[in-house]
Amino acid sequence: MIRFNNVHMQYRGGHLALKNINLHIEQGAMAFISGRSGAGKSSMLRLIALIERHSRGQIIINGQNLERVRDNRIPYYRRNIGFVFQDHRLLLDRTVFDNVALPLVIAGHGHTEIRKRVHAALDKVGLLKKESVNPMTLSGGEQQRVGIARAVVHRPLLLLADEPTGNLDPALSLDTMKLFEQFNQVGVTVLIASHDMEMIKKMRKRIITLREGRIPTHFGNMSSNEKTV
Amino acid sequence: MRNKTRNSPGTLLKTWLLLHAQSFIYSLGQYYRNLVTSLLTTAVIGISLALPGGFYLFLENVHQITAGWDGSIQITVFLKPDIDDAVATEFVDRLLENTDIEEAKLIKRDQALAEYKELSGFSEIIDILDENPLPAIIIIKPKLMALPDGGDRRIIEFLVGQAEVEIAQYDQQWVKRLYGIIEIIQRCVILFSIFIGFGVLLIVGNTIRMAIYNHRNEIEISKLFGATNYFICRPFLYTGFWYGLSGGVTSWALLTLTLQLLKQPVNKLAELYASEFSISGLSGPETMIMLLCGIFLGVFGSWISVQRHLKTIELD
Repeated sequence: MIRFNNVHMQYRGGHLALKNINLHIEQGAMAFISGRSGAGKSSMLRLIALIERHSRGQIIINGQNLERVRDNRIPYYRRNIGFVFQDHRLLLDRTVFDNVALPLVIAGHGHTEIRKRVHAALDKVGLLKKESVNPMTLSGGEQQRVGIARAVVHRPLLLLADEPTGNLDPALSLDTMKLFEQFNQVGVTVLIASHDMEMIKKMRKRIITLREGRIPTHFGNMSSNEKTV
Repeated sequence: MRNKTRNSPGTLLKTWLLLHAQSFIYSLGQYYRNLVTSLLTTAVIGISLALPGGFYLFLENVHQITAGWDGSIQITVFLKPDIDDAVATEFVDRLLENTDIEEAKLIKRDQALAEYKELSGFSEIIDILDENPLPAIIIIKPKLMALPDGGDRRIIEFLVGQAEVEIAQYDQQWVKRLYGIIEIIQRCVILFSIFIGFGVLLIVGNTIRMAIYNHRNEIEISKLFGATNYFICRPFLYTGFWYGLSGGVTSWALLTLTLQLLKQPVNKLAELYASEFSISGLSGPETMIMLLCGIFLGVFGSWISVQRHLKTIELD
């Protein structure tokens, strides 16, 4: 599903964010990217989402070589990815329903289809009753669950989350992670960037550790971890 | 990952229509949600369009008033003082053979004197004079058909060449001058309208720029979830459409109101001149054109703004 071959990434200012990354995450897997701030976690997600382009090497996502995705095709490429953010980034000028519906509206689905799918997604995160309220009135944990519903409503093949539990307390964090696990169990490939090692370890999933833009081999998270998936 | 994006033409058309309908209604909702900003923009566009529209109406009405004047151009011919009435009558008969001349009316010397006496109030002084100092006058009306290809000029040239004629001159040279002035004003109005058009583009552009800035978060999220640039532009273009349309309607309303207020005094004045003239407003097609101008300026202004400012929003 996700394959990095000798990937380097340099920001325009010259900062080398990722150095010689080799990585393979299979379809249907769930994995964490960990490491300190600035280790390159976000950069990896940005490369996969084609927010940034890598400067060397090869990235293949779901059989598609990202170098070959032209700029005008990027929107269509992204429609197969769901995003969850640390600060949830919900739109506060509209209801929970409209927030979750956004990816479906973008893809041009009809009314009935949108209603059905949004309800299904909200049901899965346990917020069906809150569909018509403004996200501002929800608690932090609920807001994040709305964010997750939005990220899965268009049934993406890949779910990317950047510090999704960064603003939540440990109990809520674990609930949120369990939610990701549920989506993973129905076949969505899940990749989560997080620095919360304690919680990650509890999840017993593959952990890819980044240190200063590299994946240190002595952590043993290359080949050995792939087997634990 | 391409499999999901391939669809049949029918489905694509349906999706396209659906997205347009959504933006159409959504942008109308945006207009309502930001009512104060929207109304201000509408008012600015409305007033801006009403100005050239008002000038246009003014010129149209002036045209209407002056339309008949062209036909009433007269040429006054003063005969030499030593020409007597018999020769003058003969001369008039000769003039009537000229194909450019519709009518030639002779005012004999005695007639002219009598008229002058009556109108000037100098009758006593004139009575003292031994001799009638006034020449015979001929008033000529050129044929209307001959006017466009310079018939009036030909008549003057012909007259000047005649031995009996002292002076031949236009009676209503000022009509021509007036037409000249109107033409200049007309050109000014066109230039003025162009400037105002640019102004409206800037106003709409700036309003849309603010809207884009306020929707930054939404635009970024939409981009991440696979929105194309068209998808992101569309609501802003429709917002421009609504601004333009409402601005056009406003300017129409302003002009109609102004005309209503002017109608009575103008009719009164026309009555004093014993004229049938009545002020005329915008016709159906002219109203359409004004609304279309508004819509065009709204959509084009927002398009320019969208092109300039959407690119500056990068994902982060």
